[in-house]
Amino acid sequence: MNINDIIKPENLVYAKPRLLKDNHMHYCPGCSHGVVHKLVAEVLEEMGMEEKAIGVAPVGCAVFAYNYVDIDWIEAAHGRAPAIATAVKRLNPENLVFTYQGDGDLAAIGTCETIHAANRGENIAIIFINNGIYGMTGGQMAPTTLEGMKTSTTPYGRRVDLNGHPLAIAPLLAQLDGTCYITRQAVHTPIAVRKAKAAIRQAFENSMNGLGTSMVEIVSTCNSGWKMTPAQSNAWMEENMFKKYPLGDIKNTVK
Amino acid sequence: MNEEVKLLKGNEAIALAAIRYGADGYFGYPITPQSEILETLEAEMPWETTGMVVLQAESEVAAINMVYGGASCGKAVMTSSSSPGVSLKQEGISFIAASELPALVVNVMRGGPGLGTIHPSQADYFQATKGGGHGDYHLIVLAPKTVQEMADFVYLGFDLAFKYRTPAMILADGIVGQMMEKVVLPPARPRRTKEQIAEQCPWAITGKPASRKQNIITSLELDTAVMEENNNRFQRTYRLIEQNEQRCEEYLTEDAEYLFVAFGSMARICQKVIDDMREQGIKVGLVRPITLWPFPTEAINRVSQRVKGMLVVELNAGQMIEDVKLASQCRVPTYHFGRLGGIVPNLGEISDAFFNFFPDAKK
Amino acid sequence: MAKILGAVTINQERCKGCDLCVVACPKDVLLLQPKEVNNRGYHFAFMKNPDDCIGCAACATVCPDGCIEVYRVKVPD
Repeated sequence: MNINDIIKPENLVYAKPRLLKDNHMHYCPGCSHGVVHKLVAEVLEEMGMEEKAIGVAPVGCAVFAYNYVDIDWIEAAHGRAPAIATAVKRLNPENLVFTYQGDGDLAAIGTCETIHAANRGENIAIIFINNGIYGMTGGQMAPTTLEGMKTSTTPYGRRVDLNGHPLAIAPLLAQLDGTCYITRQAVHTPIAVRKAKAAIRQAFENSMNGLGTSMVEIVSTCNSGWKMTPAQSNAWMEENMFKKYPLGDIKNTVK
Repeated sequence: MNEEVKLLKGNEAIALAAIRYGADGYFGYPITPQSEILETLEAEMPWETTGMVVLQAESEVAAINMVYGGASCGKAVMTSSSSPGVSLKQEGISFIAASELPALVVNVMRGGPGLGTIHPSQADYFQATKGGGHGDYHLIVLAPKTVQEMADFVYLGFDLAFKYRTPAMILADGIVGQMMEKVVLPPARPRRTKEQIAEQCPWAITGKPASRKQNIITSLELDTAVMEENNNRFQRTYRLIEQNEQRCEEYLTEDAEYLFVAFGSMARICQKVIDDMREQGIKVGLVRPITLWPFPTEAINRVSQRVKGMLVVELNAGQMIEDVKLASQCRVPTYHFGRLGGIVPNLGEISDAFFNFFPDAKK
Repeated sequence: MAKILGAVTINQERCKGCDLCVVACPKDVLLLQPKEVNNRGYHFAFMKNPDDCIGCAACATVCPDGCIEVYRVKVPD
């Protein structure tokens, strides 16, 4: 069979979701953000919620998320997305409201807003990209940076005596009565991507069902910040990040 | 709900007026001397009547960002705080201004700097009128002197904020917040419907229907030419506000030889000083700025041309006096009198200060 | 028994040559262009062994830039 006989509309089994805009993404080659954006777009489309969705974008690499996913967006101040999402959801309960935040945004400057929104059980979904580094500002230490990991502000490798310990946010949020679903996923393999997509869908559904706060942490790579190729980054993540941030559901009260 | 006469604290009047205005949300954090605003709203439980959302946030920072979120949706949302709390809100206020969103912020001022005191002050004049946070922006700043105005300015503040798509602030002092007076609460308005919001605020975040392009609320722009044009657009709005919205009250300025300039609670005290001095045959008057921004430059400039001198009385170390001098182009001697630390001057102190600066007035 | 034939199209201008699709492919179908680059200077991916493609979509699933469309047909032996 000729290849041109295979490449026909009726044989199409996978394509970029319609909600993912054609704009060229500013992310570095191999960046996990692109995959997660794609999953958000796919899930919203499959749920038929594109007209109800409101995203709250962070400060960090995903600051321009609104350029890529074709829904209404609010660009938050650094770390404040959960507070913004709180008000948006309370004032518009029929909308699907989610935040999309990195580890600096959510786990450093926005820890207070994150914990209190989750503790109030706001009916929002939080998508948390944890790549252990500040990507956009040039690879500085994040709260989630692993011990010994070199960054531009820990060129000697993170030392707990100087910089404290890596912060695991998911178990922290899982303790709170306001959260219904806390899970850790990754997008480095096709299977992982499918699981992450299912997790995002569950988080979005939970928010619409009024079950409380859900968080999907995506353990991610930052190959530019880590100074590796994308493929090397995936291997390094599996070997190192997954030890500190093991994948799987940490809390699920919905099942 | 028709209008209603009540005896209220200034802070309570703000809360009740917000419900009557048809506000969609209030997000606050306790701080003296304005906690009655949040307390009154929680006691009224407006979510069961008008559907208004009331939420005690985890911090002033969170509260102002909740306002940013609500305002992004075209909702009439507000917060309130007092001086140290308003300092914390400045980042959010800058974002709201830069995103061209309507919102109402109440500052019931207490003495500073730092943790300062819980006693009354007007020391946040600079912060309120000159921007407060980072970047080139202004708030519309309303200064109430009565409990009645506390209620009325909720309506006026929201209306102006929506008219110009810019945040407005009620800059009250602890005296006006805490004192009780008779107040006529304005007739209630219904909250706007989703359809009205979509029609009146086409920029609002509602979820993107297939019929329009996505709405994005952001203050970020990396293209310098576009960013300059954004700033120019803000400035055009500010010039328009300066043209249209200068408000002040003049008291016995027609034949005044000397002029007091004071706002908020200090204007009330100055009015009494003026009455006493008039009985002694001294022709004094008062201009009370109601909008601190836009500053009532026209009125100050006009009246200053007829007087021999001006005394600016403020509960601070001399802030509004700078705008008074600018407005009058320093054409007459202009002095400042104020007390700090939360002390409110009495009538005698103010008239003594006046005669100290203007000994010729007695002749 | 039916045989499954697959094929992919790659948006060459959108591709950033990250290589993740190449790694993900179970059939060693894809490769980055060794010399040729797109308008942004990236060595974009292409089908080196199109005959081996089974249309499993592993490549497209992990692609961060949504560059890949996957086609699949079932043909009788």
